[in-house]
Amino acid sequence: MDWQGQKLVEQLMQILLVSFAVVAFLTGYMLGSFRTMLLTYAGGVVFTALVTIPNWPVYNRNPLNWLDPSVVEKYPKPLPSNTSSKKKSTKK
Amino acid sequence: MHSFGYRANALLTLAITILAFMCGIASFSDNFNTPIPTTEVQVLNINWFQKKPDGDDEVSLTLNISADLQSLFTWNTKQVFVFLAAEYVTPKNALNQISLWDGIIPTKEHAKFLIHTTNKYRFVDQGSNLRGKAFNLTLHWHVMPKTGKMSANKLVMTGYRLPETYR
Repeated sequence: MDWQGQKLVEQLMQILLVSFAVVAFLTGYMLGSFRTMLLTYAGGVVFTALVTIPNWPVYNRNPLNWLDPSVVEKYPKPLPSNTSSKKKSTKK
Repeated sequence: MHSFGYRANALLTLAITILAFMCGIASFSDNFNTPIPTTEVQVLNINWFQKKPDGDDEVSLTLNISADLQSLFTWNTKQVFVFLAAEYVTPKNALNQISLWDGIIPTKEHAKFLIHTTNKYRFVDQGSNLRGKAFNLTLHWHVMPKTGKMSANKLVMTGYRLPETYR
C-alpha cells in the first residue's frame, strides 16, 4: 500500500465507522431495540474491515518511483568533509 | 497503516472506542424517560396470626398485588426486580422492612400484572410487637439497564393494621 493509499484508508475507516455508529444508534433508538443497534454496528464494522484491511489495488495507484541504481552511480555521493567541519564548529 | 496487522489493530481500536461512546449515549438516553408506575396492594385475609414458641410474632397474609411498571422499561432496560415490603416502626428498630413477595420482570410485556398470593417469605417480627401494629406496604424496584448505572425507587402505598388478638 502506498502513501496515498494509507491516507485514504485511514480517512475511509474513520468516516465509515462513525457513520455506521450514527446509523446504528438511530435505528436502535427508533425501534427501541438495543440488539438491533449492536447488530447494525457489528455489520458496519465487518463491512469497514473488508473495505480497509485488505491491500486492494485501489490503494496502490501512486507507487513510489525510486531511482534506478545505474542513474544513482552517475552522480557523486555527498562528501563526508561537510559533516566533520560541522562537528568542529559545534565543539568550538 | 502500512501493513495488514496495523490496519486491523487501528480498526478494532476505533470500533471499540466508538462502541463505548454509543453505550454511554444509550445510557444517557434513559434520562428522557420519566416513569409513572402505578401499584395497588390489598390485604385480603389474615390466614393466621400467632406467637412462635421462641416469642416472635408471625403472621400469614393473603395479598392481591397489581402493578403497571411498563413505563420503567426503555430500550436500555434488561430487567426489573420488584419486591413488596412491609415497613413499620418498633421501639427496638427505627425501621423494620420485611420482604413479603418479590419477582423479576424480564420484559415490558410482563410488567403489567395482577398476582393473588400468600406472602412468599415469612412475616416474622423481631420480638412481639405485631398485635395492633399498623404497617406500610411499599413496592420497591431496582431497574437493571443493559449499559449504565442501576437505579432503584419505591412507591409507598396505604398500609394495614393488624388485629389486636392472635388468631
